[in-house]
Amino acid sequence: MAVNNSATTTVQDAPRSALAVPASRDSKGLPHPNYLSDGGKGLWSWLTTVDHKRIGIMYLIVVMAMFFVGGIYALLIRAEHFAPGGQLMNADQYNQAFTMHGAIMTFLFIIPSIPAILGNFVLPLQIGAKDVAFPRLNLASWYVYMFGAAFAVYSLVTNAADTGWTFYTPYSTETGTAVISMTLGAFILGFSSIFTGINFIVTVHKLRAPGMTWFKMPLMVWALYATAIIQVLATPILGITLLLLILERVFGVGIFDPSMGGDPVLYQHFFWFYSHPAVYIMILPGMGIISDLIATFSHRKIFGYKFVAFSSLAIALVSFIVWGHHMFTSGQSEFAVMLFSFITFMVGIPSAIKVFNWTTTLYKGSISFSVPMLYALSFLFKFTIGGLTGIFLGALSVDIHLHDTYFIVAHFHYVMVGGTVMAFVGGLHYWWPKMFGRMYNRTAATIAWAFVFVGFNVTFFTQFILGSQGMPRRYWTFPEEFTRLHGFSSWGAMIMGVGFGLMAITLAWAAFRGRVVGSNPWGALTLEWTHATSPPEPHNFPATPDVAHGPYDYDKVIPRVDEPANAGVGHARPANA
Amino acid sequence: MADSVAPAATTEHAHSHPDYVQHHFHDATQQRESSKFGMWVFLVTEVLFFGGLFAAYAIYHTWHPETFHDAHKVLDWRLGMLNTFVLITSSLTFALSIRYLQVDKVKVALYNLIATFVLAGTFMVVKYFEYAHKFHLGQLPGKYYTYTGLEETVNPHVFFSIYFMMTGLHGLHVLIGMGVIVWLIVRTAKGHFHSQYYNPVEVSGLYWHLVDLIWIFLFPLLYLIA
Amino acid sequence: MDTTATFWLPSSASTIANEVDGLFMFLVWMSTFFFVLIVAGTILFITKWRRKKGDVGRLDTGPAHNSWLEATWIVVPTLLVLVIFFWGFRTYMKMAVVPGNAMEVKVTGQKWFWSFTYPEGTATVNELVVPVDTPVKLLMSSQDVIHSFFVPSFRVKKDVLPNRYSVTWFEATQVGEYHLFCAEYCGTKHSEMIGTVRVLSDSDYKAWEEEAMFSGEGMSMAEYGERLYTSKACVTCHSVDGSPGNGPTWQGIWGHNQPMTDGSSVTVDENYVRESILNPKAKIVAGYQPVMPTYQGLLSDKEIDALVAYIKEVGGGGE
Ligand code: HEA
Ligand code: HEA
Ligand code: HEC
Ligand code: CUA
Ligand SMILES: [Cu+2]
Repeated sequence: MAVNNSATTTVQDAPRSALAVPASRDSKGLPHPNYLSDGGKGLWSWLTTVDHKRIGIMYLIVVMAMFFVGGIYALLIRAEHFAPGGQLMNADQYNQAFTMHGAIMTFLFIIPSIPAILGNFVLPLQIGAKDVAFPRLNLASWYVYMFGAAFAVYSLVTNAADTGWTFYTPYSTETGTAVISMTLGAFILGFSSIFTGINFIVTVHKLRAPGMTWFKMPLMVWALYATAIIQVLATPILGITLLLLILERVFGVGIFDPSMGGDPVLYQHFFWFYSHPAVYIMILPGMGIISDLIATFSHRKIFGYKFVAFSSLAIALVSFIVWGHHMFTSGQSEFAVMLFSFITFMVGIPSAIKVFNWTTTLYKGSISFSVPMLYALSFLFKFTIGGLTGIFLGALSVDIHLHDTYFIVAHFHYVMVGGTVMAFVGGLHYWWPKMFGRMYNRTAATIAWAFVFVGFNVTFFTQFILGSQGMPRRYWTFPEEFTRLHGFSSWGAMIMGVGFGLMAITLAWAAFRGRVVGSNPWGALTLEWTHATSPPEPHNFPATPDVAHGPYDYDKVIPRVDEPANAGVGHARPANA
Repeated sequence: MADSVAPAATTEHAHSHPDYVQHHFHDATQQRESSKFGMWVFLVTEVLFFGGLFAAYAIYHTWHPETFHDAHKVLDWRLGMLNTFVLITSSLTFALSIRYLQVDKVKVALYNLIATFVLAGTFMVVKYFEYAHKFHLGQLPGKYYTYTGLEETVNPHVFFSIYFMMTGLHGLHVLIGMGVIVWLIVRTAKGHFHSQYYNPVEVSGLYWHLVDLIWIFLFPLLYLIA
Repeated sequence: MDTTATFWLPSSASTIANEVDGLFMFLVWMSTFFFVLIVAGTILFITKWRRKKGDVGRLDTGPAHNSWLEATWIVVPTLLVLVIFFWGFRTYMKMAVVPGNAMEVKVTGQKWFWSFTYPEGTATVNELVVPVDTPVKLLMSSQDVIHSFFVPSFRVKKDVLPNRYSVTWFEATQVGEYHLFCAEYCGTKHSEMIGTVRVLSDSDYKAWEEEAMFSGEGMSMAEYGERLYTSKACVTCHSVDGSPGNGPTWQGIWGHNQPMTDGSSVTVDENYVRESILNPKAKIVAGYQPVMPTYQGLLSDKEIDALVAYIKEVGGGGE
């Protein structure tokens, strides 16, 4: 045991972090009461719940189902690409496949993933609130999501849209496929996202527990807050854009139609005005998770807390004025192109700040290789690659060559899958014991992680080379010379598929059968671990938490690791005994 | 276990909750501030939502100013003016209803809400006649445009596309607002609101003012561009 | 063809390519540097300070903040991206400004092929032929949706729009054949909207030009039509041996009663074939999509006559 040579006062603080002692435990050893079994029984009690934790779980179920569907499409895409066109799909089916893959993954999976699942679950807990500000609006957002998803699924099972997830006009107004139901779906999903955003902004402003100052908030909360700002400001623009697109199809309104004096490129401006900020809706919450994970699993105060917190806001604000970098080849004025390129680089800097701060946080830490940490480390690895290749794309002359090639595909999978999905999955592994009070099998989870890590890099690193060699994206077939690299990439995807499958089984099994854990298995210092039981009570805390220390004050407080918990009550082990 | 000191925490229900305060709020002030703040954020999204259409308007107008100039003449500015007046008055009656609730004059507040509803209805009726007239003449959006009075103008149907999209979306907001006002009337009549608790009226009022404000922009942009 | 290709990049065969590659490789090495820095740092820290059994009671001893470090990793990347920005922008401006002496080729993109019209008036389909070491200006437009003209070896790409002309240019530096891709998704056969750029030496180009101006002297109309069948890319959709394609085969169609999608039927004769070439959307053969492009303006009357003659021959009307 390391010698504790710091001021004694801090050690006396330690027991404070072991407040989450269940009143009693039920027959399975889980705390009683807990939100899973004591917030009302039966399906109806779930469908009418206003408890943010239950809503989080409901999102978990449907969003994961969507991830699965999107993932199946991904595997089909890769299977098709073992060799040039016609392996298992014809060209039209392929075009529908990547459109559905992209649209499902962005609108139905990644945008709601972290905010709606993990954000819903942990945000109130992390700031010591009993719920979000508008619990009924929260439930409404879930129903709106389901409603939007129904439209998307309708498009999928009838005549799936074949426009690419970007729905570029004039193609999208001409094609005979079910574009309207897909865009209408995305339009409706936007409201779900807006509702969540409004809820989070107000919750963070108004519902923090006494003592929870802005700079005592966990970085996850900062990130969700910054994300919510983008959700609220950008999503309405997407809404109106998709509405215009639908009206263009139905009434031929003419705004995007050249034969009526409109301009198809205008659509692109509208679309990216939302969709560029949207990529930060995707990554910022992930960055929040990574900050929490790195601090917890190295038992270190996060390095440069304020820089990390404010860089989220900086990214959120600047992200609104770079959309033109998706359109460098579309014939904008030289001046516009110059500005967009310049500002694109400026958004890179706050991300750089975060990456360096995370790395430095590891310095002199006490690093544990728990499964969430493995995901956090692989985030660092992959996001760095994804982000740096974003810098390639911001460089004008280079982007002209790389635009709409597999280099882009590789870039955004490195940031979205290598970044957001790794953070999300890491977060799932981190909060899973809090959500269900049970722990997964560590060996199985580690093996799944390894498959995903290896498979991912094989799949997508290969695609950088494909792209810079000139292989265009959205291609059903391709010239012979690309076959080897495509085949390699496809094998990687299969490995990754196995990894995700194993991960899903491991987690699902753990939710029902896993070993029961105590309140704070990781020895974390944020409120959901120190002040709430696992799983938490229906109203979160036995009493409104008193925020005595910052979220990462590992220099002042020794966390009480509360693991493993065998049936007994708060067997908290004295920190320094 | 022994060293698990009791939490230094505010005890549950240290101060009793009146039934209009939801369980997760500390007190009525927190609830009131939250709902007001939430409504403001929502209004921001509304502004941006309409903002997209205003942007489309501005861009198309820059490309084809003549189209707008010629086509707007078929709109009847007097009806637009009448509706502007109606909406501004309804904003006033709404504001008054809040004022009267604050001083516990629930009855007067109720009358003001009803007046707001009637004014909103008047707006929609006027709009209905405007629309019906245009439908009749075939001044319709995009490919349904069949009107023959603007032969000289390039793409007049785009003006009507924009006209219908903007006024249609605005009209939808008025309709939603009317639904909300009915709900408020019922609750006011049941005596749910008083000087201690009138959140829903207050935040709906904010929404209503925005709907009004958007019309105040739409009116000159569509009816008076000359 | 790919003689100058590297691990990362395809052959570089235009004046601009080397400049683009220079920045690209700079970015590769800069990224490698930062990537290695971060990964090496991570590995070092996590091995050196990995948690040992019972390490939980240890209070955090590392620094929580260091202004100098923060400043360094804000300033250094900022300076670097400024360099990258200017570098990229400079080359971009070169790509945007067409040299005054450039030869102008008109490019038309449509579902799903490219056609090129040269200064002398000849036209080709899916094959752009240019002389080496000569700047070529492309004046591009689309007949339908958005396409994008992309030649990886030249590092040029430019969207081709239905409502306006877009312009780009290149100067090929090496004789050879290069891929021409459509880089903007445009529907079913987006991935087959592939052509070739053939760069010829000056003398070869002269010869080609003459050949292209050739209008069938000394050939029978049907022979000439057979040449056009390949050179105008009818072959990509129509077979003459009965094998299926995107369009109906020409085998045995002459005089045949073709059923149309609207239920009527049409006898294949000179007028119908001519109409099919100039206005293919007028009558759609049952079982096919209306994907055939119009050749209005791309084929001279004589060429159409030759094609008709050829179709007559392979269609069974010749004998
Ligand atoms: C999670 C989503 C996400 C994120 C976070 C990013 C982050 C970035 N993206 Fe990406 N991007 C997408 C998702 C994302 N992107 C998607 C989905 C598309 C394609 C959409 C489509 O067409 O279908 C796309 C496309 C795209 C393009 C358009 C390409 C094209 O079509 O031609 C560009 C161009 O500038 C770009 C740039 C960037 C930049 C500069 C960043 C930066 O934010 C990255 C910043 C991070 C770092 C820089 C790394 C860490 C820093 C260091 C290690 C320090 C050293 C750094 C320096 C010296 C600078 N992206
Ligand atoms: C979040 C976004 C996201 C995610 C996660 C992915 C994941 C993957 N993507 Fe995708 N992709 C996009 C967003 C995403 N993609 C977008 C926006 C496009 C552009 C579309 C367009 O051009 O319009 C695209 C395009 C795209 C292409 C290019 C197609 C083309 O241009 O022709 C390819 C090709 O390889 C590809 C592959 C993959 C692969 C192999 C994965 C793999 O990582 C998938 C692995 C996942 C699984 C195999 C599912 C396993 C899941 C389970 C087992 C269930 C889990 C359940 C629980 C945990 C409960 N994607
Ligand atoms: C991109 C594909 C494509 C190309 C290139 C193409 N066609 Fe077609 N063509 C079609 C399709 C599809 C049809 C059937 C639908 C229709 O009638 O339009 C067709 C129909 C025809 C017909 C009517 C055939 C019948 O059976 O009734 C003729 C004649 C014809 N094409 C001639 C030509 C000629 C000549 C060229 C080249 C100069 C050409 N096509 C190039 C796709 C193509
Ligand atoms: Cu033409 Cu893609
Ligand atoms: Cu972007």
